Amino acid sequence: MRTKLESALPYSLLAPTLIFVTLLIVVPIFQAFLLAFQAPDGSFTLEYFQKMANDTSFRDSLKFTFLLLLFIVPAQAVLALVMALLIHTRFRGHTIFLYIFAIPLGISDLAAGIAWLSIFTERGYLNSILSQLGILETPFLFLSYQNLPAVFGTIVVAESWRATAIVMTILLAGLQVIPRDYFEAADVFGANTLKRTLYVVLPLLRPSLQAALIIRTIFAFQTFSVVLVLAGRVIPVLAGESYTWYVTNRNPNIAAAYAVLVLIFTVAATWFYLKFLQTSTAEAGYD
Amino acid sequence: MRKSMPVVVGLVVLGAILIACAPAPAPTAVPTQPPAPTSAPQPVAPTTAPPPTEAPTSAPAPTAAPPTVPPTVAPPQPLLFLSTQNTPVEEQEKMRNVILKDFTGAKVDFVSDAEGVVVDRILAEQKSGKITIGAIGVLHGTFPNLLAGNALEDLTPLVAKLSDRPIVKEFMTLGKLGTDKQYYIPWMQATYIMVANKKALQYLPQGASIDSLTYTQLAEWGKNITAATKEKKIGFPAGPSGLMHRLTQGYLYPSYTGGLVTTYRSDDAVKMWTDFKAIWEYTNPQSTTYNNMQDPLLSEEVWVTIDHTARVINAFKNKPDDFVAAPAPAGPKGRYYMSVLAGLGIMKGTPNRAGAEALIEYLTRPNVQAAYLREVSFYPVLESALPTDLPAYVRLEADGVVKQSKALDAKVALLPIGLGTKGGDFNKIQQDTLTRIVLKGEDIKTVLNDEANQLNALMTELKAPCWSPDPPSTGACQAK
Repeated sequence: MRTKLESALPYSLLAPTLIFVTLLIVVPIFQAFLLAFQAPDGSFTLEYFQKMANDTSFRDSLKFTFLLLLFIVPAQAVLALVMALLIHTRFRGHTIFLYIFAIPLGISDLAAGIAWLSIFTERGYLNSILSQLGILETPFLFLSYQNLPAVFGTIVVAESWRATAIVMTILLAGLQVIPRDYFEAADVFGANTLKRTLYVVLPLLRPSLQAALIIRTIFAFQTFSVVLVLAGRVIPVLAGESYTWYVTNRNPNIAAAYAVLVLIFTVAATWFYLKFLQTSTAEAGYD
Repeated sequence: MRKSMPVVVGLVVLGAILIACAPAPAPTAVPTQPPAPTSAPQPVAPTTAPPPTEAPTSAPAPTAAPPTVPPTVAPPQPLLFLSTQNTPVEEQEKMRNVILKDFTGAKVDFVSDAEGVVVDRILAEQKSGKITIGAIGVLHGTFPNLLAGNALEDLTPLVAKLSDRPIVKEFMTLGKLGTDKQYYIPWMQATYIMVANKKALQYLPQGASIDSLTYTQLAEWGKNITAATKEKKIGFPAGPSGLMHRLTQGYLYPSYTGGLVTTYRSDDAVKMWTDFKAIWEYTNPQSTTYNNMQDPLLSEEVWVTIDHTARVINAFKNKPDDFVAAPAPAGPKGRYYMSVLAGLGIMKGTPNRAGAEALIEYLTRPNVQAAYLREVSFYPVLESALPTDLPAYVRLEADGVVKQSKALDAKVALLPIGLGTKGGDFNKIQQDTLTRIVLKGEDIKTVLNDEANQLNALMTELKAPCWSPDPPSTGACQAK
């Protein structure tokens, strides 16, 4: 009796999560596939994917999604690493900085978008400050559709501000589990800060970095409210198109086709990170 | 280990409870194929302008809504009021806390959402037979679809009870949806007008009057402003939830071509887009981020604009001395403006018909109609003059609305009719056309041809006949 109970224990502990994930993630994914591939008569169809690919904004949304990914993810990884290392030095008052860095975590992405809109718009904070300092005579139009690099730049800034904190939190957690012995050993062998970071911290941080990159990349594929607020329809992204097709254009099938596409890219990116940032338990220092 | 078992079991049970309580996926997640509106009786498209709001003359209307308690002793029953109107959060708050505050006929739960969501929900409830909705407040063009889905109660008996309301007759006729029964009671109307900062008036082209401007003069005006200020100060609501497509549908297209769908790729349409590109030369390039025009008007990023009355009212409210309201410009075929008519219907098989009827009776009272204008800038559907006790800023805007409807060359265009849940696809065609021609600079004729083909495919799929100002059609409305 007792052994039976004991063997059932892990499963009963996992059960709530499993039920939750099945109901709220697996089932919707299955439904999304049905919506994306099933014609009204129940047969398999690629019609919705064709419609998606022929849509005016499809190519642009593909292009901009990957461009954003390319700009945001590496920039954030580096920035978050610097922030995490800084906090990890435990300088006086480091907890205050930790709290400040973590503020964006508590703000919804739409609210963040609106906040940045009030900064970058023609009569916004940035232009006001620049003109009061005498740097600008007339306001600079950051959000003009005729100046896409500028609009894109504002999105990169806003997105970096919004989502670097989550990467930093994961990296900081990773840093904190590295045993002190490693650092002491490095000190004994006379490693300076740079060498210690390069040869001790980074390799040991790889599992956390992997997790952070996966999460951040998935988030990057899902980004859209900040983009929608700052760029409107001028810079379309995949997730935004899915939203627009579902809510505005009332076409769940094409929305699902976009969602499936995002899913495919996300899975591919995750596979890429798992494959090329492979970690063994020995490297992670857990053996 | 044995000790921990109850805890584990408890956790599992708790998890199960939590999951059971978790919000179920929205009913719209699995879309129901709405019945094709083939059998939908088509509404009468009026060819003449329904007399909109009269100029304010006399007779002060009662100010405070006297709370009239219906002669029932029973406590008010819950009533779900589902609407596609007043969706912005501020308007929802006004609706709940001000306009519906004195209504005692039922315990109203006001829910407002996008058209597609509302239509889906109504049709899904109708199909399942589990009805929770009471009153329905949607635009004129949404009703045919609901009628085709057999979701509307016949309101003919209610009409007699409302005979003391001077509701505009043409609007009442529209509410019959082309049948001999009344399916909705007119609720409120709105339109789009031009608003200008007074600083811009000095740059009006020579001999032009702001009250009788043409689109060509608007371009010239923009040019003058840019020459003087080095800034592009015309603005359009071309943001992701802006209503630019309505300006294309109800203002630009009819004013230049006398139609919308049938003339989508006509020579007149080419001329219209050419002229609009000229206006766009002097349009603030941030227009693609503007969802309402009151904010850019107030920040003075924009001096001249055209937008929905409810989306410019804060400009008049916050700086009444700075702005003037004027009719929208005219094109070669006249000064077309869009009349947005919303109506109130009752869900077929509703659990609280009495409450829904009481709500309609309440919302059409003159003082409540006046409250609507005061609070959310939607205009009354009553023949009577506008109340005289309006706040000054509402009067400023109302002035422009009245001037627009009274202009000698004024003509009315209606919102698209009978598109049902496909209204979004229809709007997308106009949005794509604008993006391709104006923002991306593609060849006008090529774009119009492409998009007209899309339009024809959509209209054929919907079997939707033409609506005013396109001439009536026997089959699906098609671009020539």
